[in-house]
Amino acid sequence: MKTCLVVDDSRVVRKVARRILEDISFKCEEAEDGMQAYEYCKSSMPNAILLDWNMPVMSGIEFLEKLRQMPSGTNPKVIFCTTENDMTHIQRAMAAGADEYIMKPFDTDIIRSKFIQIGLIADEE
Amino acid sequence: MKISDFELFKSLLYERSGLVISPDKSYLLESRLTPIAKKWGLPSLESMTMQLRALPDEKLIKDIVEAMTTNETSFFRDTKPFQIFQDTILPVLLEKRKTRKSIRIWCAASSSGQEPYSLAMILKEKEAELRGWRFEIVATDISDEILDQAKRASYTQFEVQRGLPIQYLMKYFMQFGDSWQLKDEIRNMVRFSNFNLLDNMSRMGTFDIVFCRNVLIYFDEKNKGEILEKIAGQLENDGFLLLGGAETVLGITNKFTPNPEKRGLYIKSDKPASTIVSPRNASAAPSSTSSFTSSLFKRT
Repeated sequence: MKTCLVVDDSRVVRKVARRILEDISFKCEEAEDGMQAYEYCKSSMPNAILLDWNMPVMSGIEFLEKLRQMPSGTNPKVIFCTTENDMTHIQRAMAAGADEYIMKPFDTDIIRSKFIQIGLIADEE
Repeated sequence: MKISDFELFKSLLYERSGLVISPDKSYLLESRLTPIAKKWGLPSLESMTMQLRALPDEKLIKDIVEAMTTNETSFFRDTKPFQIFQDTILPVLLEKRKTRKSIRIWCAASSSGQEPYSLAMILKEKEAELRGWRFEIVATDISDEILDQAKRASYTQFEVQRGLPIQYLMKYFMQFGDSWQLKDEIRNMVRFSNFNLLDNMSRMGTFDIVFCRNVLIYFDEKNKGEILEKIAGQLENDGFLLLGGAETVLGITNKFTPNPEKRGLYIKSDKPASTIVSPRNASAAPSSTSSFTSSLFKRT
């Protein structure tokens, strides 16, 4: 089973994301900020990371930059999932090594289609 | 809704658009037609029904038909048809049309434009390879309102996230507040016009590829058969037809043969089905999800 780390300071968002991800057969782990996510990745690299931008302690973009420097840090597929919905943020995230970008609010369809596009799940009709 | 009223809309919709509506969909009539009654300054759906019986106004009928035709769509909807277009159909046609160097594509129920624009983006990505070729994408729909929306090519945040890779959003869209505007370089690749699939198709000309996805499901067997046979008449003998995942030609017409390997892909059959060569055999190009998705994410 593939693992997805959900990084978001909102418990509600983590809960919603978990429900969607478990539906598409992911094992779900949670982190409340970039620092917790970084600590988690030091012990084991997930297959996917759903990443919020604005969080206390360490932001999503800061975490992503650190992650991509770690050994095996290029392995996880990183999908930003944030209320930041302007082109500048999108470009900055992609330049930092994100694989996809979701603008909140999101739903099952959006997560599923983005996960299919980056090859995290197979496209089953 | 009264049964007699339901019957009135049912026969009107069938006559004008071929749309088949079953009694379990009467809630759809109510939810979609109440705004039309409001638009016409009528206090309720009942009073609109009365007016329709007493004095049927052509414009009102057009509004009703437009409101009832489904417009569900998204960029790269279902992924696979676009993968088939890129990895199976294009290589075959690029070989077969190498002297003519032109390919005509018809999106036969284009709704708000995401399907033709998705094809246009695929072709734009292959610009270098396709230099010297002429691609024409004709997109039609029965609803003027949805066609206007398609031509405007301005989409909500929600619409640009369903199926559209972020790299394409960055490359081909501009942001204006909450909406995302498709750039002219893609918009100009598609020509939109109003067309009712029940009408004579000869004015459409001849096509190499027809996308007619998720529209036949709304027609009865008789109209399905007629539409498919008319499409066969507008398709080159070696042309391709793409239908939606829940649609088939089997038992409806023998003008097309399904490709057993690619769901939704059909080729025209002038010969008995057994002698038809699968397009897959005619193509040397390997096709896989990974080659499609990786090309979608090719960074430039």
